[in-house]
Order: sequence, then C-alpha cells, then structure tokens
Amino acid sequence: MLMGVTEALPAVVVDDVSKSFRLPHERVHTLKERALHPLRRSGHDTLRALREVSFVVERGEFFGIVGRNGSGKSTLLKCLAGIYATDRGQIYVNGRMSTFIELGVGFNPDLPARDNVMINATMLGLSPREARRRFDSVIDFAELRDFTDLKLKNYSSGMMVRLAFSVMIQVDAEILLIDEVLAVGDASFQQKCFEEFERIKRSHSTVLFVTHDMGSVQRFCDRALLLENGKVVDLGDPEHVGNRYLELNFSEQARAAEADAEAVAAAPAEPVEPEVEAPVRYGDGRAEIVEAWFEDADGRRTDVIAHGKQANFAARVRFIEDLEDPLIGLNLVNSHRDHCLSASNVKGPKLGTCRAGQELTFRIGFECIFTPDRYFATPAIAAGPGAWIDRRERFVDVMVTGIERSDSIVTIPYDVTIDRAEVSAS
Amino acid sequence: MSAVTGLGNPIKGPSAIGSDPQRFWHLTRALAVTDFKLRFFGSALGYAWQLMRPLLLFGVLLVVFTQIAHFGDAVPNYAEGLLLGIVLFTFFSESTGGAVTSLVNRESLVRKIEFPRLAVPLSVVLQATFNLALNTIVVLIFMLVSGVGVRWTWLELPFIVAFLGVLIVGVSMLLSAAFVRYRDVSPIWDVMLQVLFYASGVFFSYETISTDHKTLANAMLLNPIGALLQQARHAMLGPAYASASEAAGGWGLLMIPIGITIGLFVVGYIYFDRQAPRIAEEL
Repeated sequence: MLMGVTEALPAVVVDDVSKSFRLPHERVHTLKERALHPLRRSGHDTLRALREVSFVVERGEFFGIVGRNGSGKSTLLKCLAGIYATDRGQIYVNGRMSTFIELGVGFNPDLPARDNVMINATMLGLSPREARRRFDSVIDFAELRDFTDLKLKNYSSGMMVRLAFSVMIQVDAEILLIDEVLAVGDASFQQKCFEEFERIKRSHSTVLFVTHDMGSVQRFCDRALLLENGKVVDLGDPEHVGNRYLELNFSEQARAAEADAEAVAAAPAEPVEPEVEAPVRYGDGRAEIVEAWFEDADGRRTDVIAHGKQANFAARVRFIEDLEDPLIGLNLVNSHRDHCLSASNVKGPKLGTCRAGQELTFRIGFECIFTPDRYFATPAIAAGPGAWIDRRERFVDVMVTGIERSDSIVTIPYDVTIDRAEVSAS
Repeated sequence: MSAVTGLGNPIKGPSAIGSDPQRFWHLTRALAVTDFKLRFFGSALGYAWQLMRPLLLFGVLLVVFTQIAHFGDAVPNYAEGLLLGIVLFTFFSESTGGAVTSLVNRESLVRKIEFPRLAVPLSVVLQATFNLALNTIVVLIFMLVSGVGVRWTWLELPFIVAFLGVLIVGVSMLLSAAFVRYRDVSPIWDVMLQVLFYASGVFFSYETISTDHKTLANAMLLNPIGALLQQARHAMLGPAYASASEAAGGWGLLMIPIGITIGLFVVGYIYFDRQAPRIAEEL
C-alpha cells in the first residue's frame, strides 16, 4: 500500500462488531463432570455485550466512549485492544496502538520502581532498549527521582499511580486507548494529567477515551459515542452525547425509584412515617387537574430536561361544572423549595367558556435555564386570585441535568466588561 | 463498508504468537526475568537454593541407591549419571509444572493487555532454561572433580537439551491452555510427573534393568524422556552407557519417542492456537 494512502486512512474503523458472552448456568469445570455427563448440555444465557457497533475515528481525533455500567463500553475497549476476539464484524486499526485498561499492568510490589517501569513499558510495546532510554523522563514526569530503588510495595498508592501514568505517557503510541484512569491521584497530579491530555490532543495523536466523567468528555473530546445495552445510542457532539448520557442515567434512576415505591406499596402495611409529605390538594372541585407532565422540545414526555433546552410543562384539565374564563397557572420549586418559575394565563390567552364534561390541555413553554436539580411543579386552576378550583401541590417533578454546577438557582446569560481607570501620575 | 481494502489493517484479536516476533521475544524474556528475580526473593540464600535443590535430591537418592538398594553397582559413574538425570528431569518437571498454571496465574495481564498468549507459558520454560544452564555448570564441575574425562561427545548435550525443549514446549502449550478450561489438569499433572520420574530412569539406566527386565527397559526407551536421558549419559559419561539407538537396537524403535515428541509439539501448538482467542474470556 502506498504511504499516501495509509496517511489518509482513518485511525480506527469499527465495522459492525458484535460480541456476546456465554454465561453457563452450571459451569462444567472438571474432567470428571465431563466424563460423567458427556451428553449433558449445560444451559447457558447469552449476554450480548455489543450489538452491531460501527463507527470511525479519524486520525488525530479525541474520541470519547461513554455509557452506563454494563453498557458494553469496557467490552468494546477490550475488542479494540485485541484482548477479546469479536464474534462478528471487523476492527481496523491504522497506527501503533497502546492500551491502558489498567494503570501499571505487570507491576510487581516486590520489585523496585526501576524494574517495574521496564516491565510495564515492555508490556505496552516498547523494546527494552527504548524503555531504558525513556526511563529518566518517566521518573521525572512522575516526580519520583528520589525513589527509583524503593520497592513498589513501599510506595503510596498515589506514587504508584503517578509512576504508571508516566510510563503510559512516555510510550508515545499513535493511537491510545484509555479506560478511565484520571479519577486517581491528588489534585495537582490530576492537573498535570489534564495538561498532558491537552498536549496529546495538540500533538494530533488519536485517543479513544472511556469514561463516566462528562466534564472531561466535554473538555477534551472532539466527538463522543454513547453506548447503551451494547448498542450505539448516540454519536457526535460531546455536549449532546453528555446530555443524553445524563438523561439515560436519571431516567433510569427515576424508574428505580418508582420500582422502590411500588415495592413499598406492595409490602404489608406498617405504620411508616411517610418520607415525602402527602400530596396537598385544595380547591372547590368545579374542575380538576387530571394529569400533568413535562415535555422536551420535540413534544415527547420526559422526566429529564437538559439544561439550556426548550421544554414544556403540560396539564390536562377536566371541567365538572360550567366555568367562565378560569385561570390556569404553574409554580415550579427546586429541591430547596426556592420558587423558580411562576406562570399563568392572567395576561392571556383566555380560556373562555368551559362546559361541564369538557377537557383541555394547557402547555407552558420555557427555556430551561435552571441549575441542575430536581424541580417540583404545582399546577392550579382558579376562578381568580386565591379562589382555587383545583390546586395540586408538587404534583409532578422533573430532573434538570447538566454539567455545569452553579450556586445560583438559574443561569441567566450575562456578560462581563472591565473598564480600567487611568491612574494619572500627578 | 464492504470495501475492505479501503479501511486499512484489520486487527486479528488475541492470538498465540502475534504478528511481531520481536515483541513476542521481549515479552517472553521480560516475564521470565521478572519471575527469576522474584523466585527466591526474601530468602537468605537466594539463588543458591536453585542450585541446592537438585543437589539435595541427589544426595538422598545417592545414599538410597548406592548404600541400600545397590542400583549403582552395575554401571560406572553412577553418581554422575544420577546427577545428570536429576538436572535434566528437573528442567522438564519445573517447566511443565510451572506452565500448567501460568496463564491462570498471569490473569491480570491476560485480561488487561493485548499480547501474544504463548509468551506466558514460554516464559516459564525460558526461566527453567536459565536454571538448567546454571545447574549444568554444577554437573560439569562435579564430573571434572570426580575424574570423568572430557569427551567430544559432550557437544551433543545442547542438541539433547534442544530436543527435550521441543518436548517441553509441546507439553506446556497443551497443558497451559487445557488448564484454563479444566482445572483438574494441575493435580493430574502432579501425579504424571511422579510417574514420569520413575518411568524415565532418573535414578537407573537401561543397563541397570535390561538384564532382568528386558521389556520394561525397552518400554523406558519409548518414553521420550527415558530415551533422552539414556543418550545424555552416553554422550557425557562414555560408552559404559549405551546410546539410545544401541539400547533400542537401531533407529526403528526410536521413531516412537521421536514421533511422540513431534506429535505433542504439533498437537500442543494447534490446541493452544485454537484456544488463544478465548483465553481472556475463559479465565
């Protein structure tokens, strides 16, 4: 193949890769069992860890792979690294690749740092001569110059991590596979790692980076891939993928909470202090709010809204008696009970005459500038100020997700200007 | 995406040897050297134990078979032949015994990093080879001190060791891959090593038993280790020990141990190669 052609190739191509594991119910482990039950087919479940995963990573790209626990991201990484054979599909890698699924592979506590660096570097693909040549820069990066002859078992865990990370950096592969290793070390070392990541990024190495930390995905990655149940759910802009990831996480949390609640309800009745205050509802009952929910920008019902996105609150109202121009409204509070949004149709549009038996749905659209938190909605219908027809306190709730933390309740667009006063030298 | 040519190099997944022979060698050596360093870590005599172990066994067997059982009366240089047998058999038992559990012991590596799987059992064999080299020096010193003359046929020894090496690597590949699936292999192999110790004539030779038990003596030569030990004694200690082909009455019978050795190597390699892609999952 011509050199020019090789240069133009993407760094990594994953083409329709599937991988499943057999999980036997009863593992036939011994020759005796085999001999005694030669014909017994032990039942097994098939765990489909990866399903038809395809993507391309371009040369020089910093590519994030995110997903919840058990979504298949580690399996994908191991397939990429050549540790697992794939069942179907093909992976193409163009360039020298190094894998960091674990820091310090082959480290032995009974050997001094010097030997361990050599072993680890050899494992990662350096020849012994190269490893010796780079030993000094490894030790300098790790700031362990005084401890090269100390046995590894006498190292603190932080020192060990520094050493391992330094070796990894010094291997200088064209394509790096990194499985969340940054969650280690003290703050200053972490800062150094981040700087090193920036350097790697600038040096146009290709990096595939598996992580849970959406902050570092958005900080470093050019693109990201979201896996769920072994399938590619989303691929593209890291910010978007990060939000989808949080959405998946929290909607799952919400489902789990519901399941818990059902389990509690199903349990034999015991006088339990209710953890959540009983829903408060008041009004004269001439109309009722039947249900309420949140919608995303596309009008789909959701329990999770990404920070900064457009969203709707919606409620369905049924009229029991005829009503003339009732008011509808919404109060939104956060988990600290700070009022975040009050909305109503006092200024229109008017509902007009509502007949008994009629139903209507109202929507209140807003831009979700709220700081990530859980928000509780109190919808109401009223004849006038204070004259409640139906008001349901904390009727539904929604999770706002986002990366940025803030001390304020909402994040309002703002700008900063600085005027320097000229100091006259009189 | 069917245009395979347009996508570059497909990765092959885990394999026995991998595509880079140099890396294979570096890894095997790194693993062997590490183990070698750690072997007697923390013991007072350190490496001396590696030399002491065959010598201690030698001392015990020498007393038993010269003072009590009188095995040594039939042949000259019984002690030298015994020591040579012990050292060569130790090479076999140490490498194969260590190789059986090697892949499982190295689990953290196998599951965490891509590298040619065969490097793991081979590093055990390589480490045993270091030990053999040092033990051989002890044997040579012992032979010179006890007045066995230097012979041209000593040059045969490397070839005998190499052939033993082929047998060892074949068995190691077979056992290490099988142990990942069937954990019974380890205790079975412990017993097999005991059996082979007696069946290979470590403390006796063809000459010792051929007068009374002709069939048993011939059976010993069918065992590749038995034939190799016989040949090694012939080469090192002189014509008082028959060469393997003389003892077997020509090369015809010797084709069996040679065939077993080559067969085990081929079968071992094929089995290991087939298992290699799945080892990380089976562990």
